[in-house]
Amino acid sequence: MTVNDLKKKLLHLSLSFEFIFLPMRIVPFAVSAVVSAGLIFALNKQWGAIPPMGKFLSPQHGFWQNAEPSNQDFDAQLSFPDLKGKAEVYFDERLVPHVFAENEEDLYFIQGYLHAKFRLFQIDLQTKAAAGRASEIAGPKAVDYDKEQRRLGMVFAAENAMKEIEKDQASKKLFDAYTNGINAYIGNLKESELPVEYKLLNFKPEKWSNLRTALLLKMMAKMLSSGTENDLANTNAKAIFLPDELKKLYPQVHDSLVPIVPRGTVFEKPGIVPIQPLSADSLYFGKRDTVTAKEISKPDINNGSNNWVVAGSKTQSGAPILCNDPHLELSLPSIWYEMQLQTPTSNTYGVSLPGAPFIIIGFNDSIAWGVTNAQRDVKDYYEIKFKDKTKQEYWFNGYWEKTILKEEVIKVKGGADVKDTVAYTIFGPVMFDESFSNNLSNKRNLAVRWVAHDPSNEGMTFYKLNRAKNYDDYASAIQTFQCPGQNFVFASKGGDIAIWQQGKFPARWDRQGLYVMPGEDSSYMWQGFIPQPENPHAKNPERGFLESTNQRPADSTYPYFIPGSYITPRGIAVEKYLSGMTGITPKDMMTLHGNYFNTLAEDALPLLLKYVQVEKLDAKAKGYLDIVRNWNLMASPDSKGQTIYQCWWDSLEMGIWKDELTKVEPQAPWPEEQTTMELLKKDSALSFIDNINTAEKETLFDVVTTALQKATADLAKKEAEGKLEWAKFKNPTVYHLLKDALPAFARKGLNVGGNGNIINAVTHSHGPSWRMIVHLTNQTEAYGVYPGGQSGNPGSRFYDDYVDKWVEGQYHKLWFMREGDKTDKNVKWIMKFNKGN
Amino acid sequence: MKFITAIILTALLAFISGLLSFSLWWGFAITSLLVALLVHQKAGKAFLSGFLGLLLLWGGLAWWIDMQNSGVLSARIASVLPLGGNNMLLILVTGVVGGLVAGFAAMSGSYLRSSSKD
Repeated sequence: MTVNDLKKKLLHLSLSFEFIFLPMRIVPFAVSAVVSAGLIFALNKQWGAIPPMGKFLSPQHGFWQNAEPSNQDFDAQLSFPDLKGKAEVYFDERLVPHVFAENEEDLYFIQGYLHAKFRLFQIDLQTKAAAGRASEIAGPKAVDYDKEQRRLGMVFAAENAMKEIEKDQASKKLFDAYTNGINAYIGNLKESELPVEYKLLNFKPEKWSNLRTALLLKMMAKMLSSGTENDLANTNAKAIFLPDELKKLYPQVHDSLVPIVPRGTVFEKPGIVPIQPLSADSLYFGKRDTVTAKEISKPDINNGSNNWVVAGSKTQSGAPILCNDPHLELSLPSIWYEMQLQTPTSNTYGVSLPGAPFIIIGFNDSIAWGVTNAQRDVKDYYEIKFKDKTKQEYWFNGYWEKTILKEEVIKVKGGADVKDTVAYTIFGPVMFDESFSNNLSNKRNLAVRWVAHDPSNEGMTFYKLNRAKNYDDYASAIQTFQCPGQNFVFASKGGDIAIWQQGKFPARWDRQGLYVMPGEDSSYMWQGFIPQPENPHAKNPERGFLESTNQRPADSTYPYFIPGSYITPRGIAVEKYLSGMTGITPKDMMTLHGNYFNTLAEDALPLLLKYVQVEKLDAKAKGYLDIVRNWNLMASPDSKGQTIYQCWWDSLEMGIWKDELTKVEPQAPWPEEQTTMELLKKDSALSFIDNINTAEKETLFDVVTTALQKATADLAKKEAEGKLEWAKFKNPTVYHLLKDALPAFARKGLNVGGNGNIINAVTHSHGPSWRMIVHLTNQTEAYGVYPGGQSGNPGSRFYDDYVDKWVEGQYHKLWFMREGDKTDKNVKWIMKFNKGN
Repeated sequence: MKFITAIILTALLAFISGLLSFSLWWGFAITSLLVALLVHQKAGKAFLSGFLGLLLLWGGLAWWIDMQNSGVLSARIASVLPLGGNNMLLILVTGVVGGLVAGFAAMSGSYLRSSSKD
């Protein structure tokens, strides 16, 4: 072997080593490459509720992009092909936009654009939830909610409304412009600019449409006119109480009622007199079987409001003052978005509902208006007999009629699609049937008849109100408003004050629709509606003021049967204060908005004190009794008396009613506290006081005393936690829209008093969602505040910057900007809109 | 010197890749790998320079944004995540997550280059 041969051999060897070891050297590369790729994969994927963390944390893509600099510049130059002319938006230091457009279409285009820019997640989430699509975001836990939304016919209602909106060219143009404005924003939105909630929940916004605007309005209709009936629970009450007892427990008119339309008003003969069916005694009143269906998302009974107006005769200036504070679930971002909308022919300021065009509560150069909920029952249930399980036919007027079957597909995040079939009858959709009875046993088929299903265009009422110049304009603007029924309060610079309870209300025979009705023929259907001019209203009363606070609109002389979920106490308090006031100023009205007087306790507390047997109480309870004895009846934030009174009263109601009401499942409705108070005042030997589950016969002395002793246990616990003061006890909170899913985005522990039955109606998470006071002097003087901020972005200083002011009962002076103010120092940023690409 | 150069290059190219796409967040993994190919170092050092490059970039950007924002959002997010509402911890976590991805990518780059040599 030569040296050369050896060299060759070695080379060959090394080459083969190379051959063997090359892949070995790739191994570390492969391992680290796989680790990198795996890391990226893991950080790019959603794990349960954890968002894709890599993207979420990336300062150039994720949530950091939503951290708005404190000195954020909102100036912009924007152009869109859909615009007709030029427009400018002037933002003041509170980020309230003052929109100046050359024409109406551009005005509402820009309103849509701004709603999207500042409230995109809100409008997207709310309309998806309205349509029964919450599961797409929240996953399997929302499936039953979605089913209920669809079975209630929310989309059906919105489609009917949309047809009505698009039937009229003038209205279609405005709604189209609004929709285009929202889409103009979404269309230009970069992924890194998505609101932070999308990044947390890992989904994307969907394009807007007129149907989604209609869905938003139907969400309001549900909030305000779906929970105002109690038909299912009432039906169960009918199974355990006699007709006389039912009237006693659930009276239509309270003795202490102060109606919206002043007592003594003379009503015309009714234009329609509905006739009770002959079979009513046997098939309806006499039928005493229970119904086990129950709504999952029944709107809060406290969805109410205050509004009132005082005429010039009662004010210091001689000009009317109008006030409004709608009570709704408080949320961040707020349900309201403040703005001014101006064209050469109109100029309106107030709050808008993101997701819908126009100003909903506000004022213009001539008038001001506000709304409270009518609380009327406009939704009934009918029992349907299907031919078989296919639900294709139902028995009606002696024939098998065909249903319309709507197939619903619910998409579920992290799960398989859920299918559901909803049968539509002449009454409406069958909400409860065998496949949807909330897992309860008796499977009765219940169709729902709801005014919100009827075609209507509520938006146009606001379009017209925004431009109304006097009483006649106002009265004609509200005429077509159908659902949810509202109390429209009004004042004009001309000096008129007025109120109308407006809506489309069924004309019912006595007790029609309080309970589930037979649905096998037409005899129990609504026979007509109360003619619009007969809706309760009042104009320029001698006493110089009008108010509405969700009470029954008229006393028992009103010639129609009008059930509803009325709230009596606040009206008594407002009436008491307003009737005693003269020389009123806006400052007085602010004080009244913040009033904490507990009018119900004024009547109820003497009863409690009269019947409590002090000698039977332990020392702790005696201590609480002393505090409540010396209480000034004010539900102020630091009041211990209010906490003790409320717990005592709730415990008493429990002692009196629970044994009877829970004889059925689901339980019968609880009598209103006003009812309980009035019953006890009239009859201290009321038969319901006795606990039917015990051998002894309890007296009012017993239950009042036991109630305090029982409440003492809870109160002592709260006191130990330092939560005996009312505000600490109820922990007023403004939640983020996603509530418990995002507690870090909420504002908790707010130091405000009040309660649902008190003028300042703040409960745990519900209350005055917008306080407005408009003084109709020559130069309109207006004040307003809501517990939130203009921006929906939790990373903006404008997210919750009004909350503290609202807590303190302070107001912003509303800047009704004029053409000449464009260079005013109040203008902080300018957004310019042009036609173009 | 190489070490410092690699850190600066990693951060710079990562920043540029972040500007190029509003949706792709991991572009910096590729640029970090490229930097390691270009500026060759041993695997451990490459990892460290990649890690530090992104720790500095992401941590720095987050810190800058947070200062401008007066900590409004970071306090909320640091409660969601949950980091006890501590914004500095959130900034650190941000930097470390970016750093880990870049570090491993850079290490891959280093191995890739050494495996293709001689």
